[in-house]
Amino acid sequence: MSGQTLYDKLWNQHLVKQRDDGTALIYIDRQLLHEVTSPQAFEGLRLAKRKPWRLDANLATPDHNVPTTLKERAEGNSGIKDPVSLIQVQTLDDNCVEYGIEEFKINDPRQGIVHVVGPEQGATLPGMTVVCGDSHTATHGAFGALAHGIGTSEVEHVLATQCLLAQKMKNMQVRVEGELGLGVTAKDVVLAIIGKIGTAGGTGYAIEFAGSAIESLSMEGRMTVCNMAIEAGARVGLIAVDDTTIDYLAKRPFAPTEAQWEAAVADWRNLVSDADAHFDKVVTLKAEEIEPQVSWGTSPEMVTGISGQVPDPQAALDETVQRSHARALEYMGLQANQKITDIKLDKVFIGSCTNSRIEDLREAAKVAKGNKVADSIKLAMVVPGSGLVKRQAEAEGLDKIFIEAGFEWREPGCSMCLAMNADKLGAGEHCASTSNRNFEGRQGYGGRTHLVSPAMAAAAAIAGHFVDVRTLPANDATHAQEA
Amino acid sequence: MKKFERFEGVVAPLDRANVDTDLIIPKQFLKSIKRTGFGVNLFDELRYLDEGQPGQDCSQRPLNPEFVLNQPRYQGAEVLLARRNFGCGSSREHAPWALEDFGFKVVVAPSFADIFYNNAFKNGILLITMAEEEVDRLFAEVDANEGYQRDVDLEHQRVITPGGEILEFEVDAFRKHCLLNGLDDIGITLQDEDAIRSFEEKHRQQRPWLFRQPA
Repeated sequence: MSGQTLYDKLWNQHLVKQRDDGTALIYIDRQLLHEVTSPQAFEGLRLAKRKPWRLDANLATPDHNVPTTLKERAEGNSGIKDPVSLIQVQTLDDNCVEYGIEEFKINDPRQGIVHVVGPEQGATLPGMTVVCGDSHTATHGAFGALAHGIGTSEVEHVLATQCLLAQKMKNMQVRVEGELGLGVTAKDVVLAIIGKIGTAGGTGYAIEFAGSAIESLSMEGRMTVCNMAIEAGARVGLIAVDDTTIDYLAKRPFAPTEAQWEAAVADWRNLVSDADAHFDKVVTLKAEEIEPQVSWGTSPEMVTGISGQVPDPQAALDETVQRSHARALEYMGLQANQKITDIKLDKVFIGSCTNSRIEDLREAAKVAKGNKVADSIKLAMVVPGSGLVKRQAEAEGLDKIFIEAGFEWREPGCSMCLAMNADKLGAGEHCASTSNRNFEGRQGYGGRTHLVSPAMAAAAAIAGHFVDVRTLPANDATHAQEA
Repeated sequence: MKKFERFEGVVAPLDRANVDTDLIIPKQFLKSIKRTGFGVNLFDELRYLDEGQPGQDCSQRPLNPEFVLNQPRYQGAEVLLARRNFGCGSSREHAPWALEDFGFKVVVAPSFADIFYNNAFKNGILLITMAEEEVDRLFAEVDANEGYQRDVDLEHQRVITPGGEILEFEVDAFRKHCLLNGLDDIGITLQDEDAIRSFEEKHRQQRPWLFRQPA
């Protein structure tokens, strides 16, 4: 019998009951809650007269709707101008008070994007099952945790039963071997993976990311990679536990201490796939072949390297793909064979659960330092992932670098990643964005999103169009290994 | 949840791959704290020529005549025929809420995204996965025959064409059982309350740090 994958181990450690019909009951250690996908779950609980099973497994924070200007945030919830958004944030506060769930409210320094806050607090630990009503919950898999997004009915189910009804996924391993080039980051790695396997390539699988290039990434980089597993179709992204994981977690508020820390670390060391584990599918990429990536279309798989060009739809082999590409080009206002570096930009967004952690801000600041945002750029904004990330960045003087270069320095939240607050694109505007989805209308009605790394976004802000970050004078400063 | 009963319904074709949940229901409508009322904003950006706002009276908005659901022949459609990777992207359950509220009971496609798949069944929507060639053929048939209907029989896991041709489909036993009986998962899971409690106790002893709170 072959050994177990990391996913197999996590599954087995949480299996409450296997049913004859193929479904299983899986125990959930941590549920993260935010204002958009939880109100109907609490309402369902109330209507059925049920109580949460285990309050301390839950942690809440508002993130999707919150405004990001200091002026609005200074007023707390009442600074939310949109009355519908205000009700949603207020409802989360009310539900957390009513049921006694810990919440980092709008102006708590620990507030932020759930997928930044959980790891930062040590509320995400190796060996946990972590769920949230948000597809980017895959992020937490970077810690060797089994983490995935769920719908609101499932949020209610976890609140009521501490379990999920699940079916075991298949195992996929994506190996990235070798050393990443200068200026090539975790974001470029995951975009290249999605470009290779497609947005449905991981459907039905839990993807474990492995190989020397993945092992060399910091925790911030690993979170970026796992975060976008869902953009490859996989609900779950995973990375094995190693020293990098353990070092990151030491002394975090929710992390164990003293003797319990020692016991936990000993246990976490087993959270790796066995050498003889079987994967249903293995995909390999060479790190040296990955260049900085830019998405040109309306699906994350529509991506290419910075030295590339917009494809000609006629060149696609499959008729459905031809039509998708043609429609994407029309929506994006791009021409077949146009060079990526010729795409001009209107706005730049550095933020989101993919790229708003301290390392991301450091990489962008290195490029921005001593430069100015191009006059043709209407808005370039930096939105830290949490209040604590913001505080750290300010302690390092990154805020000053951004402000001097002409970027706006904002308060934490999801912001223009999905434009549920006031931060959005206008119709036809092109945006270099460090977020995760370039769907039609995602960042605003008619908006045109190009997904890139933080360094590439900062470089684009300065040039007014895409440039290869590797060709900038300070390119050695953006080495992925160094940050 | 309502019981899923056998029905004959008009099929509407949405000829587009990778339909994401942002397209099914754009984010501005996610601000509601209710589960109902999303149907008028289903496919909002495709369906209307202007930008929709939550709470707006949609009856006065300009419709996009090109969009399939606005065409007279597809009015009252209950079966949506779609392309590969339907429902990808965000986990928003507002997507199946909008489909259900609009009147769709079934979506047929070559493949579905995982989270959407779970969410749809939890809201009484049957998702039928069919081979790509089969779906291609269905698109052609729907296009050629106005008022094209399908008889969907979940109990026997088959779809019957107007010509009497029977197509069988796969669906997992648990989801089928829940749909046919209109069952709510939470009630079913709580039948295993004792098993959950004993698992939790053992889990806590083995890995107490998973239950730790900050000092």
